[in-house]
Amino acid sequence: MTIILDPTDERKPVARQVSPRKAAISGTVGLMDIRKPRGNVLLDELERQLMATVPGIKVQRFAKPTFTKPCPDDLRREIAGKVDYLIEALAD
Amino acid sequence: MTDSKPAFSLKTLTGETVSLPGPGPALVVFVKEDCETCNTAAPVVQAFHRAYGAAMPVVMPAQSGEGNHVLRDRHGLTLPILDDSACRTSFDWDIEIVPSVFWIDGNGGVLSHFEGFVREEWQGLNGQIAASLGLPAAQIDWDSLPPWRPGCGSQHLYPEYFDKLTAERDGGQLKARRIEIAVADDVSEFMFDQGFSDGLPLVPPTPERVLRMMQGTRRAPQDLVAIVPPNMGEATVEKVAINAVMAGCKPEYMPVIIAALEAVCTDAFNVHGVTATTMGAAPVIVVNGPIRERIGMNKGLAALGSGNRANATIGRAIRLIVGNVGGGKPGGVERSTLGNPMKYTMCFAENEERSPWPPLHVERGFRKEDSVVTVFAMTGGPVHIVDQESRAPDQVAGSIGLGLEGVFLPKLHNLPVDTLLVVCPEHIDTLMSDGPYSKERLRARIQAVTQRPLREMVADPVSGAGIPAAIAEKMGAERLAALAPKFAGEQYIHIVVAGSDAGKFSSAFHGWATGEIGSQSVSRRVDSD
Repeated sequence: MTIILDPTDERKPVARQVSPRKAAISGTVGLMDIRKPRGNVLLDELERQLMATVPGIKVQRFAKPTFTKPCPDDLRREIAGKVDYLIEALAD
Repeated sequence: MTDSKPAFSLKTLTGETVSLPGPGPALVVFVKEDCETCNTAAPVVQAFHRAYGAAMPVVMPAQSGEGNHVLRDRHGLTLPILDDSACRTSFDWDIEIVPSVFWIDGNGGVLSHFEGFVREEWQGLNGQIAASLGLPAAQIDWDSLPPWRPGCGSQHLYPEYFDKLTAERDGGQLKARRIEIAVADDVSEFMFDQGFSDGLPLVPPTPERVLRMMQGTRRAPQDLVAIVPPNMGEATVEKVAINAVMAGCKPEYMPVIIAALEAVCTDAFNVHGVTATTMGAAPVIVVNGPIRERIGMNKGLAALGSGNRANATIGRAIRLIVGNVGGGKPGGVERSTLGNPMKYTMCFAENEERSPWPPLHVERGFRKEDSVVTVFAMTGGPVHIVDQESRAPDQVAGSIGLGLEGVFLPKLHNLPVDTLLVVCPEHIDTLMSDGPYSKERLRARIQAVTQRPLREMVADPVSGAGIPAAIAEKMGAERLAALAPKFAGEQYIHIVVAGSDAGKFSSAFHGWATGEIGSQSVSRRVDSD
């Protein structure tokens, strides 16, 4: 781990900034299975509830090759190009 | 001896903790595995342990990690080898050489100390310890040992250890927020993501580097250097040092950076406006005086860029401070239509030695032996003024004047706008070919050759800029015949000398809105004594 000192006036938190949230969900929602057991069960239910509560949206499913490794860059790019939101499911 | 050594707790190779000093005397011998002299000394220390170990701890702090085991096995050591792989105890005890031998009392007071391997010293110590403990002396075949061997440098003095250890010790001076970057994160990418960068890679401002950078100034880490617009962020010496590290500066540049920052953060310079203007201004930093040589600034060949670390990184540090501490970032308060490359960095030294004139800082009221930073708000440049043919002083001065017609727009005259003219040595030689040619005369010549009748400044189908047609009509032909030079006064023409001896190419920086409405050039003495 590397420690660096903050070069700014420290008025903003350093942690990676969360993307701005929109007021309402629209467009395409990606659901990503990280490939832990029963992640699909959680995502199936999530998809069902999303489609029921937010009519008009599309849902697209993705899956990482394995939960033990970070998401491959190609998949990351593919997701970024296809969806407006992404929900990544943990499981266990 | 009155020297007293600090307490330590280190683990043996089998995991037991040994804490010293106390209660009684002890023998502490610092070693590292790859030091030949330590390997000469190790069996002797083992013999001391056999002879005195029951009455007094005989321990060997070793700096070599896995090598500590190698050392043990090589010599069949049974004495406590203490793991000082982190070198913290070596650092705290301030040793320089290994082996380093300390016979201490119960309070850490040093009874005897020597370094390396001088056989007589070891023999003397053997006798002293035996006498003090009332035990027979350790049995050692002294004749089989060399009379003298120099030791090796202690591992804690290697930069990768020393800087970290110093940072741990002096870390209390650092108040800036510490950012932990996870192992899986790329440090360079992280800094880009956080918006710390000007678009180019940064040197990670680790505590070690920042502490080293702060050694470049006598000012205390939490001293306030300046309040930096637009966010009015507080630039302490520490914050300046952090950004200086990121910019790639050396510690000795700090006094120049501090003076330049003080200058740009004055009301007169108005870095808020300089940053915010859509015209795209940037500080141009000129350094005068002895510090130029001391820190290796470039005033000659390629003085205006690139290739010199001091020139490049001092200017960059100022820009990073304005961006990071002041919050002046493109798209935020920084609103430049096009931007310009000077916004990365623009800093150079005047070639005083090649100048026939008083240098810039002397003209501005400082002593020649002072080191001084002067900052100008410039929107364009350096713009070349090419004249390879003129051989008469007034000719080359005339060309320089004509070369300045482009400031803002050739059509516009009477401009209350600064220019910073950088005259090259070959043009200096031509100017001086008939005897002294003062700066005042050059300024007057620039104004003379750029005089144009006001009627040429009236808006017309070619260019709508200038005097509106309706106003021109009211002025009448006589007033429109009056001549207007390029600049509203000679005081707007700032002149320095820089560059190499080959090439008839002077250059000019074009200003922004000069005066209280915009920015005024500011000089600050560099505190470098």
